[in-house]
Amino acid sequence: MADRGQSWPTQQDESAIIDLGDVNDRDDGSDYETDMSRGPTDGSGKGSLEEDVRKRLTDNVTQMVWNAGTQQAKRAWSLYGNIDILRPYFNVEPHEVRTRLLQSFLPRMPSSEKQRAYRELYGPLMVVFTLIALLLFQMKAAEHKVEEGTLMGTAFGVCFTYWWGTAALMWFLSYVCNAHITSIQLLSLLGYGLAGHCVVILLGTLIHTSHDHLFFYLLWAVFGGLSTLKMVGVILSRTHGKSQRLILSCTIAAIHLLFLLYLHFAYHQIVEDLSRVLDSDPVVKQPEVVNNVRTVSKGEI
Amino acid sequence: MADVESVDFLKNQEGLNDVPLEGEILSPNAGTEGEEQEFNTLDEPVRETIMRDLKAIGIKFWHVLYPKQSKALLKEWDLWGPLILCVFMAIMLQGSSPDSSSSNTKDKGDGGPQFAEVFVIFWVGAVVVTLNTKLLGGNISFFQSICVLGYCVCPLTVALIVCRIILIATQSTLLFIIRFVIVIAAFGWSTFASTAFLADSQPSHRKALAIYPIFLFYFVISWLIISHTHTS
Repeated sequence: MADRGQSWPTQQDESAIIDLGDVNDRDDGSDYETDMSRGPTDGSGKGSLEEDVRKRLTDNVTQMVWNAGTQQAKRAWSLYGNIDILRPYFNVEPHEVRTRLLQSFLPRMPSSEKQRAYRELYGPLMVVFTLIALLLFQMKAAEHKVEEGTLMGTAFGVCFTYWWGTAALMWFLSYVCNAHITSIQLLSLLGYGLAGHCVVILLGTLIHTSHDHLFFYLLWAVFGGLSTLKMVGVILSRTHGKSQRLILSCTIAAIHLLFLLYLHFAYHQIVEDLSRVLDSDPVVKQPEVVNNVRTVSKGEI
Repeated sequence: MADVESVDFLKNQEGLNDVPLEGEILSPNAGTEGEEQEFNTLDEPVRETIMRDLKAIGIKFWHVLYPKQSKALLKEWDLWGPLILCVFMAIMLQGSSPDSSSSNTKDKGDGGPQFAEVFVIFWVGAVVVTLNTKLLGGNISFFQSICVLGYCVCPLTVALIVCRIILIATQSTLLFIIRFVIVIAAFGWSTFASTAFLADSQPSHRKALAIYPIFLFYFVISWLIISHTHTS
């Protein structure tokens, strides 16, 4: 009982400190210790004491390292694996999301005061998912026999790679060009900028002009341009220096606008190619080849 | 000093002896069943156990098909129903594998998704929607939300069966429109059913924020169903 009373307070400190003394004490103070560290002895007493000490030492060290490792892992998990880290970025109201979506189309002239950049992830995440859904809808509206599984994976990968990849690139450039904008703000900005892409793809699919792309270029200029100008305005208001501003604004404008062109033409192209191939009905051609072979072989014989 | 400490220690020990070390280990279902029945479930025939579980799953499907403001799905959640629905849908929706004997290398069967793709889309979609619901401040557990989302796919599965029956006939635009309308109706039914179950767990002013990802999730599944034109 006295032993338990002695070891109880040290067990409460277990999470913070590992005391070397305690480790040894626990081994010696427990009533129930069976001396497992002593293996079957050869009978020779010569080096057995050294081996015994070495074995106990390695066991203790192994146990120490294991305890330290598990505690560090638990602490890291409780720090980073906690979902509550992301909770402040989802703290929005529906009317705020609506306002921010509409404002992503209304650029403001960059003045001396910093323009408001939101730290929010709900709106951008929903916009990206909507973009993925609209891409699938566009592919389906174009043709009814395409590889849905592969295209879904591609749509997912493309949209998320664009969002996170461009944010990473812009974060690096803003670090180099000394812009006052954080990574979360860049993620929000780019995510809301994709709302323009959503509108263009939706309108482009509903009002389908297959051979003339003029309508699409008009939408691209209007909606793509408005959302690009909005993002450029926010970034310019937070950067100083002419060349830095030029680098950042040109990069984001180019990537944003080219991505919309890519979404329209790349998927359009894939769909058109596949529909052309699948509609040509290749099974019919095979008997002709066989007949040709037969006539040639008959001719030879 | 040592005497005072030992006296305190003895007092603490008496307190320890007063703590009851007996009692009942209550399980969540203990309210409905008595303590004796918990032991009897080990002795009952396997058929009874399976029938009880199947009955619970059936009751949940019934609640989904006729959604009311009930807590049945949330209180006793299970993942059997979603698993059955997901496997059934993935089997029905998978397209034929690429035909290697065809002369044209670009001919890849009817281009439908593989079993694994539908499976992954279903579960990853449910996990993402659940995480979003929790991050918005909903007081619902992770698996309860996945349970509700999975069970509410039931109307879409019914629509899939109906579409498959329609696809037996030769296709025309009218039949495509009929399939489209059926799938849209099932999609609305699923979204409404999941809203009826999940609405209480969200703060009232944020319901729209939580419903939108559920809408997108069922939209993607409806898209998979409409685009399935299985040619056997």
